[in-house]
Amino acid sequence: MALLSFERKYRVRGGTLIGGDLFDFWVGPFYVGFFGVTTAISALLGTLLIFYAASLGPTWNPWLISIAPPDISYGLRLAPLRDGGFWQIITIMAIIAFVSWALREVEICRKLGIGYHVPFAYGFAIFAYVSLEVIRPFLLGAWGFGFPYGIFSHLDWVSNTGYQYLHFHYNPAHMIAVSFFFVTGGALAFHGALVLSSVNPAPGEAVKSPEYEDAFFRDTIGYSVGTLGIHRLGLFLALSAGFWSAICIIISGPLWTRGWPEWWTWWLNLPIWS
Amino acid sequence: MSRILVKATITAISGLGIMLLGGCEPGHKQTSQNGYRGAGLNQIVDARHVVPAAVIPPEAYALPPDGGPLAGQSYQNLKVLGGISKDRFDHLMANINQWVAPPAAGCTYCHNPANMASDEKYTKVVARQMLLMTQTINSQWSPHVKQTGVTCYTCHRGNAVPVNKWANAVGAPNPDSITGNRYGQNAPNADVGYASLPSNGFAEYLNGAKNIRLAADTALPSKDHVVSVKDAEKTYGLMVHLSTALGVNCTYCHNTQSFRAWNLSRPQRATAWYGIRMVRDINQHHIGILQSVFPDYRKGPLGDPYKVNCTTCHQGQAKPLGGVSMIAQAPALKGPTPAAPTVVAVPAAPSAPLALNDAPALLARK
Repeated sequence: MALLSFERKYRVRGGTLIGGDLFDFWVGPFYVGFFGVTTAISALLGTLLIFYAASLGPTWNPWLISIAPPDISYGLRLAPLRDGGFWQIITIMAIIAFVSWALREVEICRKLGIGYHVPFAYGFAIFAYVSLEVIRPFLLGAWGFGFPYGIFSHLDWVSNTGYQYLHFHYNPAHMIAVSFFFVTGGALAFHGALVLSSVNPAPGEAVKSPEYEDAFFRDTIGYSVGTLGIHRLGLFLALSAGFWSAICIIISGPLWTRGWPEWWTWWLNLPIWS
Repeated sequence: MSRILVKATITAISGLGIMLLGGCEPGHKQTSQNGYRGAGLNQIVDARHVVPAAVIPPEAYALPPDGGPLAGQSYQNLKVLGGISKDRFDHLMANINQWVAPPAAGCTYCHNPANMASDEKYTKVVARQMLLMTQTINSQWSPHVKQTGVTCYTCHRGNAVPVNKWANAVGAPNPDSITGNRYGQNAPNADVGYASLPSNGFAEYLNGAKNIRLAADTALPSKDHVVSVKDAEKTYGLMVHLSTALGVNCTYCHNTQSFRAWNLSRPQRATAWYGIRMVRDINQHHIGILQSVFPDYRKGPLGDPYKVNCTTCHQGQAKPLGGVSMIAQAPALKGPTPAAPTVVAVPAAPSAPLALNDAPALLARK
């Protein structure tokens, strides 16, 4: 059942990453694929494990359910299921699910003959997750440094981990990440506003073309990044926000252990004036 | 165009990355867990920045057995230590020679060698008050110093004047004007970990009796509990001082889900609560009263004597001297001899819990 007139042309087999045509078909509007199946299995298994681990915990209050990583005394070893082993398996299932989803996106891109920009962008979200649950715990030598799976408990983890560095707003990568998040929001708002302004002219007037949009910004700030360029810029800003978020937590602990304000003493200690 | 953009992006990212790594510590880390797993209650310390174990000086000579004539019978003008034996008094004096007095001066740093009983040197008057203070700390403030106790060496470390101390800072030239007035903040200051927080909180919290009462006990704002942002920042500055003095982070005492809730805090928070009050007692009742005794060159810019804070004893360690007790070397410092006056009663810590919310059972479960 093709939804669009051109769908039949690309709904063809082939272009898969692992070769062959295993699961190389559509179910309704959705492409399945080998990685669609691995996504579904790992996501289902991980979710069921969350429910099973929650059933062993003290509460069914959805805010308070928490599946915590092992004590740091376990280091990078496997832990018994009830002492953090569930967290370890759920983490593995989550990474398989996220990566499979990205690879399914890649296969769809290959069938369509388009670039890999979407899976590339999604990869930054996976990188941020892996930074928190794998890279930083690995660098610190214990899975126990990962965050727990719970609505309130992961927020407590964020707060406590931030206060391990006395004042996290002084983390330079956090500063960069926050700035990118703000600029991303701002850029999206400007872009949305500009497009809407062109397609909502005064009553009785024709919808305006992109040349008007360019002219608006040239008149305002002397430069327009252009219709294609704004999307390049938006992707760069948004991915930078996620990238520097990941960096700001990877360096907290593995590369700096004191209060973040003290990190800035490198400036005071520059040989120019110290 | 896009190639230039990519190049510029790579240059910017790698440049920032190099800048970030410029101030970093890539070495081995020492970690410990202070709470339920996964709660983020951890201490992570770069191994190179762990304060090395303090050198405990050897005793001048072995502690003589108690007994024999009393010091008060053997010497003149003893007001604090008259009740201990002469042998042990002599031993303590020899220890103080090692712990406090400059080697070149020795006994004469405090005493007139021609008349050891004379109070003519200000240092002897100060030393007498400090002996009384040490006895008070060990006997009255055991909620903070426990059975480890303190001796002169805990703070002095062989220096005539402890290295870590504070006095009231010179304020702005025109306190009523906003120009040129930093309000004690926004300049790099080690006392607040180089943050922009105010570093002038010592006078109010460690010499005055200002309480730290920031978080309310109600979920919603209340007219009965109004605390200014400036108070919050001063408190934050004081807490950063506590952290850096002890070489720990905030989660050594607090679960930041609620800084206020005692039932979420570690027992170390109660120890620190007593410590703040002990420091007040020291500054008000043992150092403040020496205002007229100290010469000007031993006072701060505003003429008040140098006072103690957490760093004075702790010096970057959660337990001063790494928890090594030296009190056995000087049993006379354990408690007041009968001659000593009664001192302030130690207040009781707030009754637990004062929580905003009940601790989730899972945080308490371990």
